[in-house]
Amino acid sequence: MKSSGIIAAAAILMLPSLGVAADQSAAPKAAPAVVSPAAKGKAVANDRNKGNCLACHMMDDGEFPGNFGPPLSQMKERYPDRAVLRKQIWDATVKNPTSIMPPFGKHGIMSESELDQLLDYLYTL
Amino acid sequence: MKKTIQRRLLTGALVLMTALVTKPAHAVNYQALVDADVKKFQGYFRKEFPDVKFEDYGDGVYALDEDARKQWKEMEEFPPYELDVEAGKALFNKPFANGKSLASCFPNGGAVRGNYPYFDEKRKQVVTLEMAINECRVANGEKPYPGFKGDLAKVSAYMAYISRGQKIDVKVKSAAAYKAYMKGKAFFYGKRGQLNMSCSGCHMEYAGRHLRAEIMSPALGHTTHFPVFRSKWGEIGTLHKRYEGCNDNIGAKPFEEQSEEYRDLEFFQTIMSNGLKFNGPAARK
Ligand code: HEC
Ligand code: HEC
Repeated sequence: MKSSGIIAAAAILMLPSLGVAADQSAAPKAAPAVVSPAAKGKAVANDRNKGNCLACHMMDDGEFPGNFGPPLSQMKERYPDRAVLRKQIWDATVKNPTSIMPPFGKHGIMSESELDQLLDYLYTL
Repeated sequence: MKKTIQRRLLTGALVLMTALVTKPAHAVNYQALVDADVKKFQGYFRKEFPDVKFEDYGDGVYALDEDARKQWKEMEEFPPYELDVEAGKALFNKPFANGKSLASCFPNGGAVRGNYPYFDEKRKQVVTLEMAINECRVANGEKPYPGFKGDLAKVSAYMAYISRGQKIDVKVKSAAAYKAYMKGKAFFYGKRGQLNMSCSGCHMEYAGRHLRAEIMSPALGHTTHFPVFRSKWGEIGTLHKRYEGCNDNIGAKPFEEQSEEYRDLEFFQTIMSNGLKFNGPAARK
C-alpha cells in the first residue's frame, strides 16, 4: 500500500481522474505520414479515451503506471496465440466474469483495426 | 373427547402456524438486515487493511497511504475550505426577502449534519442535507441553489463544520426505506458505462491500489467528510458532484444534484459508514 513520495507528489501535480495524466505520454492526434502499426498501437494504448492501459498496468516506458492488473511484458512468450490475447482485450469478462478491465472491443471503446494495431504493439513488449 | 381436543389442538397449531408464516411479512426487521450488511462491509475493510484504525476511514485515501497522508496534513494546516465555511455562515444567516433565513429552518443553530441523510416516511424518500437546505429556501419563496457547487456547497460546508464529531447512525425502519437502501446498494455494486465498472470495483476490490497516479480511496468513510474542496476542481463541491465525476470517468450517465439515484446512493453509502463521525468539510487533491 506504500507509494513512493515521488508518486504521491506526481499525483498532486497531475491531478488525474481516470488517467488524465496519460496526456503527456499520449501520441499526437494526427499521426505522421509513415508510422508502423506497432507505433499506432502504442498511441491507441496510451490514448486515455481508448486503451489507457497504463491506468491499470505497468507497460513499456509509461510513467506512473497503475497496478490494478499485472505488468504487460513478454507478450509473445506468454501469448503465442494472438487470438487468445485479442479475446482478453476484446472482452476480459469472458475469462474473469467479474473483471474490472473494460471490454474494449465489445463496448466499442476502440475499433477492430485499432485493436489489431494495439496487438502489434503488445507483441513488441 | 380425546378427538375433540386433538382437533382443537390441531386447529390451534394451524392458526399459530399461519400466524408465524404471515406475521414476518409485516414485521421484517429491516434494520437487522441492514446491520448485517454493514457488518460484512466494514469487516471487508478490516480484513483488507488490518492496520488501519476504524476512525481513520473518515479521512478517505489518506487512511491508507502514509506519504499522501503527510502531504494532506500539511494542506489541512491552512484549510482551503476555510473561506467557504465563512461564506456559508453568512449565507446561512442572511435574511430572505420574507425576513426569515436558513437559520429559521434548522434547530441547534444548524449543527444538524448528523441528522442527514434520513428516510422521510411520509414522503417516502431520502432527504439529504443539501435537499433540506434547498427545500427551506423554496418554502420561503426563494429559488433553490443550483448545481453541484457554489452556495449550496458553501452552506453545507458551514453546517458540516459546526457539526463535526456527530456520529453517523442512519436507520432503515420500513419497507419503503429498505427499498431506497436497496436501490443505492444496487447502484454501488452494479457495473455501468462504456468502461463497465462499478463503484465497488474501484473503491472496494481495488481500494489502496494505483489507478495511474491516483490511489483508490476505500468506500468505507466516503460520505463522512463532504463537501470537499478539491484542488482539481479549484473549489468546493458536493458529494453528488463527486458521484457525477466518477460516473463520467467510466462513460456512464451522470445524474443531477439531488436526483433520486444519488440520494439513494448517498443513503446506502452513509449507512455503510455507520459508526464513523461526520468530519466535513475536507480537502482533497
Ligand atoms: C481498469 C483497469 C484496467 C485497464 C484500463 C486495463 N486492464 Fe488489463 N487487466 C486488468 C486486471 C485487473 C487484470 C487481471 C485479470 C482480471 O481481473 O481480469 C487485467 C488483465 C490483463 C491481461 C491478462 C493478464 C496478463 O498479464 O496477461 C492482459 C493481456 C491485459 N490486461 C491487457 C490490457 C491492455 C492491453 C489494456 C489497454 C488496452 C488493459 N489491459 C487495460 C485491469 C485493467
Ligand atoms: C475507474 C475507477 C472509479 C470508479 C468506477 C468509481 N470511482 Fe470514485 N473515485 C475514483 C478516483 C480515482 C477518485 C479520487 C481518489 C480517491 O479519493 O479515491 C475517486 C473518488 C471518489 C470519492 C471521494 C473520496 C474522498 O475521500 O473524497 C467518492 C465519494 C467516490 N469516488 C465515490 C464513487 C462512487 C459512489 C462510484 C460509483 C458510482 C465511484 N466512485 C466509481 C475512481 C473511481
